[in-house]
Amino acid sequence: MIELQHIDKYYNIGTVNEVCLFKDFNLTIHDGDFISVIGSNGSGKTSLLNLICGSLGAEAGKIILNGEDITRQKEYVRQRKIGRVYQDPAMGTCPSMTILENMSLADNKGKPFGLGFGTNRKRVSYYRELLSQLGLGLEDMMGSKVGSLSGGQRQAIALLMITMTPIEFLILDEHTAALDPKTAELIMKLTDKVVREKKLTTIMVTHNLRYAVEYGNRLIMMHQGEAIVDKAGEDKDNLDVDDLLDRFNQISIETGN
Amino acid sequence: MEQLIISTFEQGFIYAIMALGVYITYKILDFPDLSVDSTFPLGAAITTVILSKGMNPLLALAASVAAGAAAGTVTGLIHVKCKVRDLLSGIIVMTGLYTLNLRIVGGTANVPLFNYKSVFNNDFVNALFPEALRPYKTVIIIFVIMLIAKILLDLYLKTKSGYLLRAVGDNPTIVTSLAKDSGFVKIVGLAISNGLVALAGSVMCQQQRFFEISMGTGTIVIGLASVIIGTNVFKGNLIKATTAVVIGSVIYKACVAIAIELGMPATDLKMITAVLFLIILLISMDRKKKVKS
Repeated sequence: MIELQHIDKYYNIGTVNEVCLFKDFNLTIHDGDFISVIGSNGSGKTSLLNLICGSLGAEAGKIILNGEDITRQKEYVRQRKIGRVYQDPAMGTCPSMTILENMSLADNKGKPFGLGFGTNRKRVSYYRELLSQLGLGLEDMMGSKVGSLSGGQRQAIALLMITMTPIEFLILDEHTAALDPKTAELIMKLTDKVVREKKLTTIMVTHNLRYAVEYGNRLIMMHQGEAIVDKAGEDKDNLDVDDLLDRFNQISIETGN
Repeated sequence: MEQLIISTFEQGFIYAIMALGVYITYKILDFPDLSVDSTFPLGAAITTVILSKGMNPLLALAASVAAGAAAGTVTGLIHVKCKVRDLLSGIIVMTGLYTLNLRIVGGTANVPLFNYKSVFNNDFVNALFPEALRPYKTVIIIFVIMLIAKILLDLYLKTKSGYLLRAVGDNPTIVTSLAKDSGFVKIVGLAISNGLVALAGSVMCQQQRFFEISMGTGTIVIGLASVIIGTNVFKGNLIKATTAVVIGSVIYKACVAIAIELGMPATDLKMITAVLFLIILLISMDRKKKVKS
């Protein structure tokens, strides 16, 4: 369970451009939740993820992970329990290393990175099996550098890598936004499968309203640092894309853009 | 002529050890580390003290690596913990070490070491090499030291820790994703790099049999030139990058030797070094353009 309590977040403090994004923001993410987060640009979606992951600090408030206060914990320490897939497929893999080397790196998460051989030969067939499940033919190119692969292939590998070792929370930061519609569909299906199989608590930021409606058990719409829509369970199932579009239009009229 | 070729290989292999270190910072970590200009003479200074005390020359090699690694760690700490820019961190350590190097050798800018034992001149190697091989003794010993350093580096880059080092230069985000401190990995990389550079300084000092405070000036240029020549001439996966760097270093030293041979005075060495480096940079940039268009 992740709890964000009374979070204040400002940008450009002490300048004329000071902006208050979150003011007394509260959110509780329950175990097993698969939350889709939508909202226009600047509404605080990505800041929300950055606060949880620790790449951004809050001016006030607490972030509690399974009862432990992690507000001051460094980003890399938090990643022991959290896995994050980024919008940019380049962020989740090492381009100059081969697929096999990337998989080996990911497989060693949580263990010490000592002077043992980087690739465990006994694990290669396991990696091959994981890759073949993607159905992209990557299992036959394990010696290729990841930098030579397409964005979709890289994102699929990134997703595989981040969920390979036991994590509790999966953070998806518009992870299908940079992909073509067909590949996006594939990655989304893959995501859903992994989340179900590993029973991961998931937060997915997306601009694709259809994905937001179709996937997950809870939907949050952010606007100016507030969760203006927060529907779970049956309420969420009854939502459709048109409802969300209406809500978006309503906001646009209110704020005049 | 033969003497010239041998001395080119001697120089090439010594600077190859240093270039392997620069390869780590420049190519793997993407960190322009200027501290090498002072960690090279740091190795020489440590060696000077150990040799002049009559201690084992191998100890001089080991102590130089340790001292270089410590200096690299300082550069890394300044960059990572104090958040000073990479270039400036290197400059700070480079400048500070100049004084330290002078202090280590006792305040003199020149220390001759002609009468002391070295890895090239001791009872063991003198007995090992028959008379016929004498002229090649130095180059063979340098080659062996260089080869050991290169093989150890190759092996390290295949370990888990080595994977993490390669990952941090490629994409620091992924190191964070693996729940590892990317700053720490950078410091480890800088330590290994400067350890190699100081080792090269130690070998250089033992080969030329004197210490000189300014022997490190331009080390970074020679290192970068070697790395850029090596990795540009041998693109693709035909040979290992580390092997390419070694060959790059020999090619570079050969170019300098040719320039001297063509009649340029030895005092022009640094200018030749700089101009050659510029030419190499321009040629390698030209190549990139062709690939893009």
